[in-house]
Amino acid sequence: MNMVLTDGSKFLELERRRGYPLLSKRKWGKTVENYVLEMRKIDKKFTGVYALQGVDLKLQKGEVHALLGENGAGKSTLIKVLGGIYKADSGQILVEGKEVTIQSVKEAQQLGINIVHQEIVLVPHISVAENIFLGREPVTKAGFKDKRKMIREARELVMQLGLDIDVTRDVYFLTIAQQQLVEIIKAVSFNSKIIVMDEPTSSLAEREVEYLFEVIRKLRQQGVGIIYISHKLNELFTITDKITVLRDGQYVDTKVTKETTMDELIKMMVGRDLKEYYSRGKHSIGDVAFEVKGLSQKGIFENVSFKINKGEIVGFAGLVGAGRSEIMQAIFGVAPFDSGEIYLEGQKVKLKSVRDAIKKGIALIPENRKKEGLILKNTVAFNITLTVQDQYKKFIHVNRKKHDELVSKYIQAFSIKTPSQDQLVNNLSGGNQQKIVLSKWLATAPKVLILDEPTRGIDVGAKSEIYTIIDKLAQEGMAVILISSELSELINMCDRIYIAAQGQITGELDHEDFDQEKIMYHATGGR
Amino acid sequence: MSKENNVKLVVRSKKPCVKFLSENLGILAAFVVICGIVAVLSPVFLSVDNVLSVGRQISTNAVLALGMAIVIITGGIDLSVGAVVALSGTLCVGFINNGIPIPVSIIVCVGIGVLVGLINGIIIAKTGMAPFIVTMSTMSISRGIAYLYSGGLPLRCMRDDFAVLGTGYFGPIPLPIIYLLILTLVVWLLLSRAKFGTYVYALGGNREAAKYSGIPTVKIEVIVYTISGFLSGFAGVVLAARMFSGQPSVQQGAEMDAIAACVLGGVSMSGGMGKIGGTMIGALIIGVISNGLNLLNVNSFVSNIVKGVIVLIAVYIDILKKNKLMKG
Repeated sequence: MNMVLTDGSKFLELERRRGYPLLSKRKWGKTVENYVLEMRKIDKKFTGVYALQGVDLKLQKGEVHALLGENGAGKSTLIKVLGGIYKADSGQILVEGKEVTIQSVKEAQQLGINIVHQEIVLVPHISVAENIFLGREPVTKAGFKDKRKMIREARELVMQLGLDIDVTRDVYFLTIAQQQLVEIIKAVSFNSKIIVMDEPTSSLAEREVEYLFEVIRKLRQQGVGIIYISHKLNELFTITDKITVLRDGQYVDTKVTKETTMDELIKMMVGRDLKEYYSRGKHSIGDVAFEVKGLSQKGIFENVSFKINKGEIVGFAGLVGAGRSEIMQAIFGVAPFDSGEIYLEGQKVKLKSVRDAIKKGIALIPENRKKEGLILKNTVAFNITLTVQDQYKKFIHVNRKKHDELVSKYIQAFSIKTPSQDQLVNNLSGGNQQKIVLSKWLATAPKVLILDEPTRGIDVGAKSEIYTIIDKLAQEGMAVILISSELSELINMCDRIYIAAQGQITGELDHEDFDQEKIMYHATGGR
Repeated sequence: MSKENNVKLVVRSKKPCVKFLSENLGILAAFVVICGIVAVLSPVFLSVDNVLSVGRQISTNAVLALGMAIVIITGGIDLSVGAVVALSGTLCVGFINNGIPIPVSIIVCVGIGVLVGLINGIIIAKTGMAPFIVTMSTMSISRGIAYLYSGGLPLRCMRDDFAVLGTGYFGPIPLPIIYLLILTLVVWLLLSRAKFGTYVYALGGNREAAKYSGIPTVKIEVIVYTISGFLSGFAGVVLAARMFSGQPSVQQGAEMDAIAACVLGGVSMSGGMGKIGGTMIGALIIGVISNGLNLLNVNSFVSNIVKGVIVLIAVYIDILKKNKLMKG
């Protein structure tokens, strides 16, 4: 073993050696029979434009195979072709060496192909067991749903994957992570040979990701072929065996995970060198810009105190549910708090509403851009100017020129890709949408910028651009708070990190002391 | 950072009138076709008298549709509009008959409309109860009060000068049409130019995002229902003056016609989308259908059927259009 392994990958390595006659067989050149799936030269056109052109994908039994590419690279089109949602224009699909045609989702399932979609599509107010067998419930002789059999079989599946989920509970009461696992259990229950997971970790915290990985390892052991889609490169190195990269609908290459590097993958994805993925210039740290003392809200967070200096990027690390978002929402005025004091540039301030917060120079970029950040069915210009109506409107007089200047300033500064300022935001990619949310808030000229998961679900190129923007803002003297579930993001971007657990701040680390393990120690409640 | 990308952005896409035409092309075409058919079948339709009479007839529904459009754009609905028309009209005639000066009666009765709207808005914004339920209740309450006050019978007005308000002319144009034009202009300016309008669209487009953007969502919602109440109250007084009586049973189902006008005009029932221009064309179409069928001596029940069918078709076309728009 020539690389440093974390505990997880050690375990994985052992497992691989123990459970895999197939692996060695593969090495001796018997190839064709071992592929559970081969997609050859897949073409797919939409209105004359190639979405996929000659794409190959080969998946072995018991292999975790990553599909990597920027948004629009063709990953989801390829998956939809596999899952029977789209039909390929040309090309072959072989399942266990036999050529097949997949006309519908049902046919795909009969062939043992199942897709776990990014969005959770469970019915909230029925039980886990009923969700798993939805639409194919076992029936008793009298023709009723056989609940007992359903629960028994669901329990078996849960045990098989080494999980602890009560199958009689309504899905509504489960955490997002548990719901994600139920989706996977459902896929397994079809006796899947191939499971596709589309960004399964996008709403999970690091700890929960570990549970998911345990399940993936179990499935691998059982010989299931797994196609794994994720934007989080560090995950790919932990869990996958091979990585296939797509770019602009074309097949770039397939690499064995152990033999590649992050730099190489990024280069393959974007087709050029990304000089630096994260950017961190010199921050000249000034006076205290913002301070919170003893902020509490019963049952949610307690006695929270922290301060941010001008020109400083301060991270907030923690598990999902640690209360980080809630603290920021309370400061910003969208959620209540019982007690505590807030100081801006040394002055005590009372923030009664979002309006107050904006006026005093605080901006919050919310966690969920579609839910809290944007009016999707309205235009780019509408969204960018929503927070700054006062700047160019006086009763019914509209200063069009100022409006247009404002909009085009941000479209140009952040190179937002849109055909015009009148395009609906819904039709833009995640990265461009996030840039619009940023524009909307930077237009208010904030002194303190709070970013809650600013790079969630956006592709590598756009991520890197957003890092550059954040860094530049700090260099210009803005105080930046960065909440993130991605530790590498915090470690590479921040000057200082606070760690929260169960509604309290449990640790604070300076840049020199950043360390993944230390952060996890505090995040799990250690002080 | 592509440069051609930036150049395109500086150019605004369309002039307002071009935009209006392209947005409402379908419904405008439908309007012209319907007018054409009616005009061919009944030449009287295009006479000046009849055109003005259609204008006067639709003015009530069009005024209600103005308020309804704003409410629907915020993602709500106001079922109380027809009942408020009846309430304010009946009370107004009653007050005048009891010797209260006409201007005072008018102001008080329009004020009652405002009050009902305010109550709707406060309950909806503060308790989070569904607008459908809240306004259905105030609809029932308003009409109940109107019947109770008049004893179930129409009240005949005893002061001739009150009628001028509804039957008078400004030059050759009946006053109700003038009111409608002024109100349409005001509401259109509010929605398209003022901050208020932007906030209305934001609230209906995504309430949560509006809250996070510092928009006073509660205040906007209360104002919106209050405007609808004001317009209903005003329409009630004008209608009473036009009929020269206060009738508690008047405008049954008027809320449905107002909703139909909005929907025909492209206002999305899920909120966040819709224009005043389209809504007014919608109100015109409904008015022309009623008038046309009337001129052709068609049973008035048939006009209900025709209206129903047209709304279904219009909404279906609208869905097709929106799906295309959302996919880019």
